Amino acid sequence: MSASQSAPAGDAAERTVAPTSPDSGGADGGPDHRWREAIARVTSGGWAVAVGAVILAVVAGSIMIAVTDPEVQKAAGYFFSRPGDLLSAVGDAVGGAYSALFRGAIYNYNADTFEKAIRPLTQSLTYATPLILAGLGIAIGFRSGMFNIGGQGQMLMSAAAAGWVGFSFDLPAGLHLFVAVAAGVVAGALWAGIAGVLKATTGAHEVIVTIMLNYIAFYLLSYLLATPGLLQAPGSANPKTPPMAGSAVLPRIFGPQYPLHLGFLLALVAVVLVWWLLNRSSLGFRFRMIGENQYAGRVAGVNVSRTIVGSMLVGGALVGAAGATQVLGLITNGFGSDIDAGVGFDAITVALLGSSQPVGVFFASLLFGAFKAGGSAMQAAEGIPIEIVLVVQSLIVLFIAAPPLVRAIFRLPQPDKHSSGRKKPRESKAAAAMAAPTTPTADGAAR
Amino acid sequence: MTALAPAPVAVPDPEAHRQVAVVSRKAPIAFAVVTALFALLLLVAPREGDATFRFATVGDLFTIPDATVPGMGTAWVTVALMAVATVVAFVLASRRRRVPVWLSLLFAFVFLVGFLAWAAAGSASDIPAVRLIGGSVLLSVPIVFGALGGVIGERAGVVNIAIEGQLLAGAFSAAFVGSATGSPWVGLFAAVLSGVLVALVLGVFAITYKVNQVIVGVVLNVLVIGVTSFLYSQVLVPNAEKFNDTERFSRIAIPVLSKIPVIGPALFNQTIVIYLMYLTVPAVWFALMRTRWGLRVRAVGEHPSAADTVGIKVERTRYRALMIAGAIAGVGGGFYTVVSVSSFGKQMTAGAGFIALAAVIFGKWDPIRAALAALLFGFASNLEGALSIVGAPVPSQFMLMLPYVVTILAVAGLVGRSRGPAAAGEPYIKE
Repeated sequence: MSASQSAPAGDAAERTVAPTSPDSGGADGGPDHRWREAIARVTSGGWAVAVGAVILAVVAGSIMIAVTDPEVQKAAGYFFSRPGDLLSAVGDAVGGAYSALFRGAIYNYNADTFEKAIRPLTQSLTYATPLILAGLGIAIGFRSGMFNIGGQGQMLMSAAAAGWVGFSFDLPAGLHLFVAVAAGVVAGALWAGIAGVLKATTGAHEVIVTIMLNYIAFYLLSYLLATPGLLQAPGSANPKTPPMAGSAVLPRIFGPQYPLHLGFLLALVAVVLVWWLLNRSSLGFRFRMIGENQYAGRVAGVNVSRTIVGSMLVGGALVGAAGATQVLGLITNGFGSDIDAGVGFDAITVALLGSSQPVGVFFASLLFGAFKAGGSAMQAAEGIPIEIVLVVQSLIVLFIAAPPLVRAIFRLPQPDKHSSGRKKPRESKAAAAMAAPTTPTADGAAR
Repeated sequence: MTALAPAPVAVPDPEAHRQVAVVSRKAPIAFAVVTALFALLLLVAPREGDATFRFATVGDLFTIPDATVPGMGTAWVTVALMAVATVVAFVLASRRRRVPVWLSLLFAFVFLVGFLAWAAAGSASDIPAVRLIGGSVLLSVPIVFGALGGVIGERAGVVNIAIEGQLLAGAFSAAFVGSATGSPWVGLFAAVLSGVLVALVLGVFAITYKVNQVIVGVVLNVLVIGVTSFLYSQVLVPNAEKFNDTERFSRIAIPVLSKIPVIGPALFNQTIVIYLMYLTVPAVWFALMRTRWGLRVRAVGEHPSAADTVGIKVERTRYRALMIAGAIAGVGGGFYTVVSVSSFGKQMTAGAGFIALAAVIFGKWDPIRAALAALLFGFASNLEGALSIVGAPVPSQFMLMLPYVVTILAVAGLVGRSRGPAAAGEPYIKE
């Protein structure tokens, strides 16, 4: 698959270099240049690139499914005698996979009642819940120029704290839930805060520190889970906690037959709050300021060190909320050290795909939640390993990050050919967000 | 937690002598802290009995007898020695002189002996010095190769978070191709190719399309995990004996060297890939520091526009450096499936690529130091196994945590500020 990917890339490299100078005159000459311009604007915009990226990723996923399918391989053996067999085998494999994905993610049209048929959708929303919260946390880091890879560690620590409060405290129903979630939020914030403080005081690169904190959190949690008297369930030798107390469990929104829990509403509230924080509050303004240009921020009177720590604390708190919903909503009968379920890393891709905008993160999380729910259904029904979802997801993000490549593959016009001197080509918002976190590296904080 | 402290001592501070007036007191302070913590550990958790160190293996040129020492006594002697070293370091610092490297290394070694004596006191099993060293070398092989790849990439100005992906891709291809052809050599070659392939994708996005290098790296890791796990479940598992059962390289004992006690069997009775590692580390150092190619690579990583001005093709140089780095990292990936074990498993690299990345920074972007840092990480992981054999009262999770804590301390500057190539992470946009 990678081989097929690198071939058009090389082709694209030549094509982006070629159209630099005088051919742009053609666009102005014709009588219908307005139409052309409008079409060009639509086809070169961020949406076209996003759609193109999804198409490319799905095609690549289909190729992988088809090539590794045994029926397809069998039919390929006698391709020249009956080519139709190969095509139908490919169609069966790919169609079966994607229809199973749809049935598992959105609407199971094979179910006998509407209540059962709609259950996959609530499953997708349930999987999307921690992604929204953690994705928002990572996005806040991106907007303030901090690349927080430590979602996993922050989730593990917050799960440990929320879980500990959840099973060992004895409090009235509403209060218990509140305290447990708050414990998770605080733990996530503090764990991310370590990276923020180290970055602000010593200039330690947050990418390295957060990666290392992931491992430390993992082993710390493993230790807590394996030690009687700490997090381990009494009377058990497994590295697993006891189940959460009923008073600390997030209630199901649509009743017990649907998995969707109150955490989803929490995530919705968080989307609004983060939008307000980033776009309407002075704290959020300072975050974005140091994200855009640390030096300008300093000149304008922003305390850069304090803002760095602040953004890590807020981001970590949101990731911590994700960890809390994981143990208090999804897996309430005791958890092990794999409680993060890859959300910490998926949150990075979600934040990238959502171009670090709260609403974008929300929809990207819905997409990834649907992939996750549908992927497990696909694995169960068609025997296609769920990892294909990882491939499609990562390809989507890769392609969205490189709009010129997508445009080159789909022969879309490259934007702003003739005004190249005045301003940088306006790429999709995702690409702009991805370019942002490069600035404040070691040299920025070193002085 | 005492066990977490020793490593910052081991690396000296080469930046210090450049700043003439200010002499770093970090080394003596770190010495003092480690010594105090170790003494505290001995007071809080004393252990009875003797500790045995075993040095001999069958076929040595001459036999070093096992050393049985009283555990606590030895530990207190080492504390005294460490205290002396600390005083020396303070005296040197007050005279505005650097703490020499050998003193740090000696301090670390003495501490290690004392710690092992304490840990093994009263245990029925002895501490096998040969296994301790040999195991460390084996565990560090992929980290060393990955770190070398990382050093070359970063020196050329491309941050490579995808080392993990390169290792994993290498492990997968070596298993798949090595099993299909029945030759570990072909498998290793396939590993090299797949490392290059991942590097090529990284290059296309990071160099040509100027996407943030960290993002490309992170996403590439996910992509490689997805592709290899998918193919593993779909192709390797159903045909395990055909596609996932490699013939491994066999050990080659180097005639005289392998007979040297302790280090002989540990270092010179290994497979070809390990000998390749011994050659690659100095080769990469020489290539980067002493050849025209290396000068260009470093120029492109430090100041690409200056390099461009004197006629160096920035993008082409970066691409080439990245390919070479990918090839080296690929060898490290191949190690998993044609040397270490004979089959591939999902995500079998288990974060070694990230440790390699840490080794790059810990080693301050120098091939030899990075390789030494990788060895240190390998040693720390191996120590955990050795300590669990003698039944040491340190939870294994804390030993496993050690390399990461050390890295954070290193990055946070306790062992001197680590500064990377100036243009690492920056795409070069020609004006």
